[in-house]
Amino acid sequence: MQGFRAGAKAKGNGTAPHTLDELGRGAEAVVESVGGERPFRRRLMEMGLVPGTAVSLVNVAPLGDPLEIELRSGRLSIRRYEAALVSLRR
Amino acid sequence: MTSRRPLVALAGNPNSGKTTLFNALTGSRAKVGNYPGITVDRRVARLELAGRAVDLVDIPGTYSLAARSVDEQIAVEAMLGLQGVERPELIVFCVDAGQPVRGLYLVLQAQEFGLRVAVALTMIDEAKRAAPPARALSAALGCPVVEVDGRRRRGIAELRAMIGQKLAEADAAASDPRAASVPGWRWQPSAELARHLERVRAALPAEWPDLPAMALWALMSVGNGDELRGVPEAVRRAVAAVPPPEAGGRAAGAWIDDEVVTARYAWLDREVAALCEGAPDRSFTERIDRILLHRVAGFAVFLAIMFVVFQSLFTWSDPAISLIESGFAWLGDRTRELLPAGLMADFLVSGVIAGFGSVVVFLPQILLLFFFIGLMEDSGYMARVAYLMDRIMKSMNLHGRAFVPMLSGFACAVPAILATRTMERQRDRLLTMMVVPLMTCSARLPVYTLIIAALFPAGHVFGILPVQGLMMIAMYLFSVVTALAAAWVLSRRVRPLRAVRLPFVIELPPYRLPRLTDVVRMMWERTSFFLREAGTVILACTIALWALLSFPRQTERDGEFQSRIAAAATPEAAAAVEGERDGERLRQSYGGRLGQAIEPAIAPLGFDWKIGVGIIGAFAAREVFISTLGVVYSAGGEVDETSDTLRQHIRAEVREDGRPVYTPLSGLSLMIFFALACQCMSTLAVVKRETGGYRWPLFLFSYMTALAWLVSFAVYQGGRLFGFD
Repeated sequence: MQGFRAGAKAKGNGTAPHTLDELGRGAEAVVESVGGERPFRRRLMEMGLVPGTAVSLVNVAPLGDPLEIELRSGRLSIRRYEAALVSLRR
Repeated sequence: MTSRRPLVALAGNPNSGKTTLFNALTGSRAKVGNYPGITVDRRVARLELAGRAVDLVDIPGTYSLAARSVDEQIAVEAMLGLQGVERPELIVFCVDAGQPVRGLYLVLQAQEFGLRVAVALTMIDEAKRAAPPARALSAALGCPVVEVDGRRRRGIAELRAMIGQKLAEADAAASDPRAASVPGWRWQPSAELARHLERVRAALPAEWPDLPAMALWALMSVGNGDELRGVPEAVRRAVAAVPPPEAGGRAAGAWIDDEVVTARYAWLDREVAALCEGAPDRSFTERIDRILLHRVAGFAVFLAIMFVVFQSLFTWSDPAISLIESGFAWLGDRTRELLPAGLMADFLVSGVIAGFGSVVVFLPQILLLFFFIGLMEDSGYMARVAYLMDRIMKSMNLHGRAFVPMLSGFACAVPAILATRTMERQRDRLLTMMVVPLMTCSARLPVYTLIIAALFPAGHVFGILPVQGLMMIAMYLFSVVTALAAAWVLSRRVRPLRAVRLPFVIELPPYRLPRLTDVVRMMWERTSFFLREAGTVILACTIALWALLSFPRQTERDGEFQSRIAAAATPEAAAAVEGERDGERLRQSYGGRLGQAIEPAIAPLGFDWKIGVGIIGAFAAREVFISTLGVVYSAGGEVDETSDTLRQHIRAEVREDGRPVYTPLSGLSLMIFFALACQCMSTLAVVKRETGGYRWPLFLFSYMTALAWLVSFAVYQGGRLFGFD
């Protein structure tokens, strides 16, 4: 089971977040690449998560999953394991 | 076909204001049907423009034309006119002015196909300064752009004028081959991609447009485990010939997705994002979300809303249902008075009028449920329901949005199954439909009430907890557990229901005030669809069931009963003989004989053939079990679950060896059978309509009946092993 709150890992050891699920609440980052199986990553990219896009973590659902992210001035809900496939630029 | 009206399509992302705009453009004349072979709404309405009439069709909301499943394939088929769908002359894309880039991504794809497109910039009131100026956007896209506010009906006249103008251009182009539209690509494919495009294009079937964009669609859509229909083997082979990358680990065509999606977004970021000044103001939505998505307050509000929905279906719909039932009963009585007693009167009253009644009786719940669904969808709350419940629902491989249909299943499976349309994916809808009938619907309650009251003591456990109340709660919990467990098992074992790892990425749109006219229109469309499509099946089933339980009409003992009725001293005595006669007739009917024929199959569950007749009668609706039992036991068909006569009959029934038929153990077995078996032809009729075939209703009926038999068998025989009887 992953950390209950978003950013738990990142805040814990002070290193920069590697993936979207490690982003702290309210933090912003830039997408480096999207992983996962082909149809899966194609769908994420087609919804605007292409490399170079600014993305921020707005909120975490009360049960810890999914996450609410903002990109291209829209709000999306994305599951934690999906967010883990989005690498962030460091 | 020159006489046909030209077709204009309305397309766009989900939540882009498409439905509101559709309603604003067309008034109130939409006709709802299905896309061929799939239960996705196809709404068509007549649009009167200056001087000509055109048909406007609603294309399901989508983010891309590339597809993995049949649901996603609808959009590309509807835009290109494939698979027997009529091809539109013009596609109007609804693009949310506040976040135009994602909507325009879809427009770029359509332009790559050379389709005639226009853009309606929606939610212009909400976006304010964040909206790109229409004139500049139109210049960048090379297509008309009109600003609209569908909710306040602004910009509609301009949009209509533009549609008329584009159609006139289309007419001119049709008569002048040189003016044919040219595909517009905003980016240059790499040499390698261009090579694959040519190769795949050569393999395209004749009925598909011979375009690089079509080849690109195949390269991005076709692949391992896709669920697309109508893709020829030659295309599949051509796509599969893309060599895998030298550095391992990645799928063969992933680089194509990278190149294409990045190139399209690069163009959009350069040409469109630069036109927008800042982001739309989301402070209103954020303030509401702070409460509605709060870990305590959010769930409290959620439970309160769901309680209202549940109450409305369960309790508030009751007066209307009673009114309909007594209305049809009145109609039946009047008909009997007017017609001479006999086959015709029976057919009209017990077959036709009762059949219409059993269709209309669903309307209060359907209307109420779709009223609430409409409010939740249009306000943006439904997306939050999915967001809040996803964690729980996904553990059973159910969609977050399946929560509302599942909850509605406590009232009635019929509206609940209709409500599965709020989910975009066929697989999510099917899985929900397969488990919703397991929820304890209100028609099971009278059966449980009767059995519990007749067979279980009215005492208390630990002095405070009533046994009978606990039994009822246990039956509810049992249904929830079995429904969730069934979802878990079915999504692992049944291939079309298997959870595909597609991203669960949904938009959380800003909160918007729902428009009552849009909600009412949706309620009406759903209801008339139900009446037209499922209602006819339910009516036919009611008549068939009536025939099964009414023929043959005479029994050998009719003469004997006739003379006894004539000789009866009091009206009560005559009624008692009539009850006896009706019982005999039911036992001798085809349905009654069927009940006797299935006795060997249900005897291991603790049921005798009389219960078998009741189970057959219960197909009309589960609560009919009670009146059927009433007739079988010659207690009269007017009994209900609180009837003392029927309870006494039940307690007094004995087998041939003198043991009682009904014991707490056989009662429990019977309740479990009712909890699990799909004893409801209306449910099956609705599933047949919603899935477009007999496959899924048959599957539903078979698996639920098998499950019911096995569990009842285990409970009854297990109980006997432990010395209960």
